[in-house]
Amino acid sequence: MNQWPYILVSYALTLGGIAVYTWRMLRRARSMAATVSEEDRPWT
Amino acid sequence: MTSPDTPTPSAAGASASGGAVRRPTGTTFTRWLGAAALVGMAWLVLFGLVLSPDDALQKKGVRILYIHVPSAWLAYLAFIVTGVSSAAYLYKRTRSLIWDRIAGASAEVGVLFMGIALVTGSLWGRISWGTYWTWDSRLTTTAFLFITYIGYLAVRGLGGSHHQRARRSAVLALLAVLEVPLVHFSVRWWRPLHQQESVAEGKLDDLMLFSLFVGIVSFTLLYVWLVLHRQRVLSMADAVDDKGLDGALAARRAEQEVSS
Repeated sequence: MNQWPYILVSYALTLGGIAVYTWRMLRRARSMAATVSEEDRPWT
Repeated sequence: MTSPDTPTPSAAGASASGGAVRRPTGTTFTRWLGAAALVGMAWLVLFGLVLSPDDALQKKGVRILYIHVPSAWLAYLAFIVTGVSSAAYLYKRTRSLIWDRIAGASAEVGVLFMGIALVTGSLWGRISWGTYWTWDSRLTTTAFLFITYIGYLAVRGLGGSHHQRARRSAVLALLAVLEVPLVHFSVRWWRPLHQQESVAEGKLDDLMLFSLFVGIVSFTLLYVWLVLHRQRVLSMADAVDDKGLDGALAARRAEQEVSS
């Protein structure tokens, strides 16, 4: 049995899932930052 | 009514922050942390797919171990952090919405890692057992844990004030975290098809152990980075909610003044 397709799909889904989640979160952060004042972002 | 000189919330945010809006939840620390996590992930791919040796029994399939085990461990850690943060919120002396936001952010990232553990475990199961899924105790309890935390996130999305949300989700988180030891020890208590801990029993050679170590470190860095950013997004979302509520109250008061 060729195991490489299963291994590569595992890595692709892992990295892809993390990338999609991160991209969506940062996009949401940008849109939120445009609607709040700087005092609501004390970490900046 | 807003005067022409008064900036709208949108304009205030954009003008006050200037370039900072490009990185609305980032700080110097998180940028270094993110860079370290990216380097760690690159190392993980290098060691996991190229440098680590094949296993005597599992052959190349062992390479899935380096992402499957760290994602499962990080999901456990994330759910425990959710539980501890929820307890900190419920305890009167430490009650603060920041604990609630950390709990929510950690649970969300935990669901992501648990989903990865389930998918990679399923693919590994196809190689090792010849099937993607079997209803053994480890897989069943893990799926149950995953669904429980999806429910937790759904409960967080219900209406009410921030503190109502925090209270009900904190109680749920304290109940849900009790499932973590159940999942972890299920391989000892019920002896399922799923293998027991290979790491603790010293079944891995040095390079395999190092590859697993790289996976755990890089996933941990990534987890911290994701939770920091996510809880800041939640903080901004709460601020937007508060402003919306303040605006609605001001409009209502203005209406009452006009009518009286």
